[in-house]
Amino acid sequence: MTPSTNTLERTNYLNATKGFMSWFWTIDHKRLGLMYMWSVIAAFILGGFFALKIRMTLMPGAVDFANQTAEQMNAYNNAFTVHGAVMIFLVIIPSIPAALGNFVVPIMLGAKDVAFPRLNRFSYHLWIIGALLFTGTFFIGNLDTGWTFYPPYSTGSTDNTVILATLGAFILGFSSIFTGLNFIVTIHKMRPANMTWFRMPLFLWAIYATAVIQILATPVIGISLLLLLVEKTMSIGIFNPELGGDPVFFQHLFWFYSHPAVYIMILPGMGVMSELFATFSRKPIFGYKSIAMSSLAIALFSFIVWGHHMFLSGQSQLMSVIFSALTFSVAVPSAIKVFNWIATMYKGSVAFTTPMIYGMSIIWLFGIGGLTGLFLATLGTDVQFHDTYFVVAHFHYVMVGSALFGFIGGIYYWWPKMYGRMADNAMTKLAWLLAFIGFNLTFLPQFVGGSRGMPRRYAGYGTEAGYDSFNYWSTIGAMILAVGLTMALGTLIYSMFRGRKAPSNPWGGVTLEWQTPTPPPEHNFEIDAFPVGDPYDMNLCEYKGEEEGFLPVNPRADDPCVADVAIDPVYFEPESENAPA
Amino acid sequence: MSSTTADAHAGGHGHGHDHPKHLAHHFETLEQQYGSGKLGIWTFLLTEVLFFSALFVAYTMYRAQYPEVFQFASQYLDTNLGAINTIVLLFSSLTVAWGVRNAMLGQHKMLCINLLLTLACAGGFMGIKYVEYSHKFHEGTLWGGHVDSIFKADPADISEDMKEHSHAWNGDGELVAVKDLDPVFRQRLGLFFAVYFCLTGLHGIHVLIGMILLTWLLLRAMKKEFGPDHFGAIDFGGLYWHLVDLIWIFLFPLLYLIS
Amino acid sequence: MNLSALLRAAAWLQQDGDYFFPVEASTNAGEVDRIYYFIFWVSAVSFALIVGATIYFAIKYRRTKVGMNPEDSPHHSTSIEIVWSVIPTLFMIVMFKWGFDDYVDRRTPPGDAYQVNVHSQKWSWSYSYDEGPETGMGWLGGEGEGLVVPVNVPIKLRIDSADVLHSFSVPAFRIKMDAVPGRYTYAWFEATKVGEYPVFCTEYCGTRHSRMLSKVQVLSQEDFDAWMKAQGNLADLPPVEAGQKLFQRKCASCHNMDGTKLIGPALNGLYGKEESLVGGAKVTVDDNYIRDSILEPSAQIVEGYPDAMTPFAGQLSEDEISWLITYIKSVK
Repeated sequence: MTPSTNTLERTNYLNATKGFMSWFWTIDHKRLGLMYMWSVIAAFILGGFFALKIRMTLMPGAVDFANQTAEQMNAYNNAFTVHGAVMIFLVIIPSIPAALGNFVVPIMLGAKDVAFPRLNRFSYHLWIIGALLFTGTFFIGNLDTGWTFYPPYSTGSTDNTVILATLGAFILGFSSIFTGLNFIVTIHKMRPANMTWFRMPLFLWAIYATAVIQILATPVIGISLLLLLVEKTMSIGIFNPELGGDPVFFQHLFWFYSHPAVYIMILPGMGVMSELFATFSRKPIFGYKSIAMSSLAIALFSFIVWGHHMFLSGQSQLMSVIFSALTFSVAVPSAIKVFNWIATMYKGSVAFTTPMIYGMSIIWLFGIGGLTGLFLATLGTDVQFHDTYFVVAHFHYVMVGSALFGFIGGIYYWWPKMYGRMADNAMTKLAWLLAFIGFNLTFLPQFVGGSRGMPRRYAGYGTEAGYDSFNYWSTIGAMILAVGLTMALGTLIYSMFRGRKAPSNPWGGVTLEWQTPTPPPEHNFEIDAFPVGDPYDMNLCEYKGEEEGFLPVNPRADDPCVADVAIDPVYFEPESENAPA
Repeated sequence: MSSTTADAHAGGHGHGHDHPKHLAHHFETLEQQYGSGKLGIWTFLLTEVLFFSALFVAYTMYRAQYPEVFQFASQYLDTNLGAINTIVLLFSSLTVAWGVRNAMLGQHKMLCINLLLTLACAGGFMGIKYVEYSHKFHEGTLWGGHVDSIFKADPADISEDMKEHSHAWNGDGELVAVKDLDPVFRQRLGLFFAVYFCLTGLHGIHVLIGMILLTWLLLRAMKKEFGPDHFGAIDFGGLYWHLVDLIWIFLFPLLYLIS
Repeated sequence: MNLSALLRAAAWLQQDGDYFFPVEASTNAGEVDRIYYFIFWVSAVSFALIVGATIYFAIKYRRTKVGMNPEDSPHHSTSIEIVWSVIPTLFMIVMFKWGFDDYVDRRTPPGDAYQVNVHSQKWSWSYSYDEGPETGMGWLGGEGEGLVVPVNVPIKLRIDSADVLHSFSVPAFRIKMDAVPGRYTYAWFEATKVGEYPVFCTEYCGTRHSRMLSKVQVLSQEDFDAWMKAQGNLADLPPVEAGQKLFQRKCASCHNMDGTKLIGPALNGLYGKEESLVGGAKVTVDDNYIRDSILEPSAQIVEGYPDAMTPFAGQLSEDEISWLITYIKSVK
């Protein structure tokens, strides 16, 4: 039985226009969001392939250590470089903002689209070009500089893949800048009249704070990569000590972006967490203002801590001390958020849906990720852990365990709105379990390996180094993680064709995206001017049964999202604005 | 970035309310559209400032470390040409600002003239830049190791204006003949030119982008597309041009006027 | 000592240190470990609290009936927010201060430290002493002696790089410092136990980054003095032997002497051979070819090999070049 607020059998944004060009040349933020989502997933599979290559190489006994050839070592160096670059530039940085943000933000604002829809489309096309340039490196050589591209190695005798890769990253940077710019203007200018800043859902605060970082930090990596290109192709000398330049200068420029970049990755995940915990505790988020303000605080503080990646670069003691102190400042707002989410569950009505399970597990994963950051912020211990697997484990816990799991949780959460189908069952939860166990098994041993001295970016260690047991369990964990994530993807694809048809509000959220039919019509809403109050006042909707989900307590007579109102076919006529030019 | 203002578009909403000709389908009012465009271009200009910032940081860093090198090398830049370029760009900012006013008042012919003048100034700027750059390539005052060619050249080959720079203050505050400067000093000269070419080169690329933008605006202005209720694109394009001018205002004294 | 034993409640002793760390073999190592355990226990307790609370609330307040609304509860509390902001901040201040003190100690060598120079290149380490001798890589059990130092004496390391970024790391001493081309960086330690300790390169530097391994040999003062005396100068050795020692230090990480390819060509039987170069030219190996290949390797690359060799122009004296040529000629 199809819920009355489900439009799968009528016209909606998915079926309003057909054909490749109607998708590739669309300016509809929902279609762009979906295309980003699938593109990011495809890139994740590519990056994941290289991750498995890394772990397989490091499996004890996989490689004859004593006779490992230069070709084998070069292949390994290429694997970790491509894994890092693809995962960071093509997957995690765009993920939540470009895929979920594009889909959800205008609807959450009661708007018809983002401020600059054609710029949005351009952003997506830039992503594709950047992706092609990266993958182009596979055909012309062996990119092996690490995703950090440090000179003099990257500008010296390595091959020309560096040129293609830095160009790709440069273009991807613009994709990110334009996405951020779009969201800033959208959130400033396209809120409904009575949605004041402090009545915005917290996901929008998170996207806004992320966008601020995107526009301020990304241009700096742009110019850094441009300088690297110019150094490599024209020997300009800015980073070359033989010509008077300073290689550490590149590190400063690089990390000035790349540290804020990690907050581009995590802040949207935290935004998803706020939505999940409120909806699935069926009460307002605890400490709304704290969370909103801490999002901005994290965005701003993120710009003043980059030197903690360079404690051992030869920079002065004074600089290292200052950066260490400032780094702790960014830990406090993050901790505050975690406490607020937990407090939201207190005296709530907690539902164990798939998105919420991802959300709750992030408390564990971000807990470990964030706390292990303390060891790295502390100068005394950082000396021991710098460039060891301790760092690798730390950043995977925050980037994968928190940002990626946040992305996946968000996909499951908004999936009914995107495709009009439910994906929340025993299989989706089993997939989570395998991914969670696999992830922890992969990375927990790496903390210990790292504190025992195991360096990063090594193509092998040999048994006498004593790291075999850590590498063994880590590889086993990676295989389990791969199975779990593949299963999660499988459950989503299955649901697209066979999932139970979803009502417009299956979870009981009261933010505006749940007030429109599912999947939404092309221009998102059919009635104007919503009364907007507290975005987390759960009393505004009530449960009407599994099929109809949650419906407004005081429905408007003309609201097609209420079961009793006959849905007039004229509401769903395809509009000409969104047809391909 | 003026992709916000839609081309003349007749799409209705099926809601029965009047939809102004220049209003894009996703905006409610012209004020919202214009305000969005304004915020958008200012945000974009902020990203441009940050884009140049790393180069200014490089300049500051290397000049603070090697002040005498920068002072000496700056002599090789033609201050007169730089000054002419400054005036040309300032004038072009005036013409484009005037053009925005023309658009606001619906003065189509003056708008086209002003846009054309702005373009001409931009072209003039690039022409002078071309002269400066080709001079440098010819003399061999380039970045990195190339600058050493100043010193290795047969004295008979050195041009008249280069011969003026036959002495310089070295790192110890002494005036010495150029050929006697120590190798480390000479190596670091390349840094000045690296910064010079990166800064002026990136700026030049932005001038070229600006020229493309101005040409597009001019073509649309010739079709009388702009008027009192629809001048956002000119306004935003003008703002971009002002930033390009502003960056040059900083570049000129920093690079040309320090010796 | 009692406090650290207490802090290490979860650890057990193995021959080479506890579960989390290698052996503490320098004066600073213990402090690093103590800081670690402090952060570790604060983190472990915090983690237990937040995960525990999550699980407890999830179960206690689970939704028993679908769509069930919860009872009323406050949506914010300024006093709680202050408490849970201030307490973590206080702990972080302690972490910062403790780490800062230790770091400053570790970057400030004592005035009377004995200096040894650490040289890094793709892909090997070598060490030189002011008294003259130089030693090469030496992975545990491998050839070369590594960094030889006396126990209980502060050692100051002056680190440099001939080509790209490297990083000198001795986990047992808890020290690490990047090697930056174009300048010197410094580190120091005072070893407390005689023995051999692994050295890793911890800044990615190319193909054989994972093989840029070395060791520190800590000897008693008498053994060290005897070793130093026995070193003599390379110049006192016959040229072939001097060349061989130099070869071990500077060339062996990329060139084998047994006919097999490592990174560069094997160099046994090289003299008089006809080599095919990239670009089609052929050249007969003589003294000049060897010399040019050392100083400016990119000018003549042998077919089938990468252009990856660090140029040694300005880094070897004429004598050293001559010894190398003599040695290479001698290996048939």
